[in-house]
Amino acid sequence: MKVRVHVSLKPGVLDPQGRAVHHALEGLGFAGVSDVRVGRTIELDVADHTTDGQLEEMCRKLLANTVIESYRIEKVREGAEA
Amino acid sequence: MSWRAAVITFPGSNCDRDMAVALETVSGAPAIRVWHGDAELPDRLDFIALPGGFSYGDYLRSGAMAAVSPIMRAVAAAAERGVPVLGVCNGFQVLTEARLLPGALLRNAGQNFICKDVRLRVENSQSLFTAGYDAGEEITIPVAHHDGNYFADAETLDRLEGEGRVAFRYVTGCNGSQRDIAGVLNQAGNVMGMMPHPERAIDPAHGGTDGLRLFENALNALARI
Repeated sequence: MKVRVHVSLKPGVLDPQGRAVHHALEGLGFAGVSDVRVGRTIELDVADHTTDGQLEEMCRKLLANTVIESYRIEKVREGAEA
Repeated sequence: MSWRAAVITFPGSNCDRDMAVALETVSGAPAIRVWHGDAELPDRLDFIALPGGFSYGDYLRSGAMAAVSPIMRAVAAAAERGVPVLGVCNGFQVLTEARLLPGALLRNAGQNFICKDVRLRVENSQSLFTAGYDAGEEITIPVAHHDGNYFADAETLDRLEGEGRVAFRYVTGCNGSQRDIAGVLNQAGNVMGMMPHPERAIDPAHGGTDGLRLFENALNALARI
């Protein structure tokens, strides 16, 4: 089973990297971008019997730091990828 | 007075030798070097230091990989028993990732790596690490970090301040840290993390010796037990 974990900084946590990317987009002439937040996607190939609870535990123990980050677990359907 | 002090080395640590020199300078006893993959610490340790550097290349988040390395279970157990644990720079990041200290260290607000001497104000002069400083005293210690921007939610920050667990603050700000916090203590007071490098201020040739006193404080605290 393929799983994607999307990790992003919580709202209210300063994202200097996102701010720099925002600034660069403006420099390239893209108007109308009001905010940029940079996150991270982690792709896992896990055994089919892996439980939701185990995936949650992976996120809480290592993949995300829940002091500053939130995470979303997405199970990728086989064949859904082009 | 001597002690059995250990320095943990992770792959990518680069201040471990400086830390070992500082620990030996105050006590005369060579520091015991411990590798991250060891499952156990040497017995009867009086002091454990987690050094600066870029453990595991800062993969995932600064300190995240080191926080789950085998030796950290032993460090957490030692901290629980009351053994003093000092984390400097990457060591501070490791301690927050291991949840031995509250909060987290974010990328510096200005995006830049900051490497310079900073003025710190001693906020808590009662801890085993800071008892030799005067409350409110200003000292000079160098910083060298990219991810030193201390973050915790307002409730946690209020609690840290209320319980006297802010050890040091930047006098003029530095990296965007909430409430200019440069170093914090755990609830029991035996674990401290700080971004500035006291081990780089132990010899007049370094430009100052304000950091030496921190190690002397810890050694003296041990002598009082």
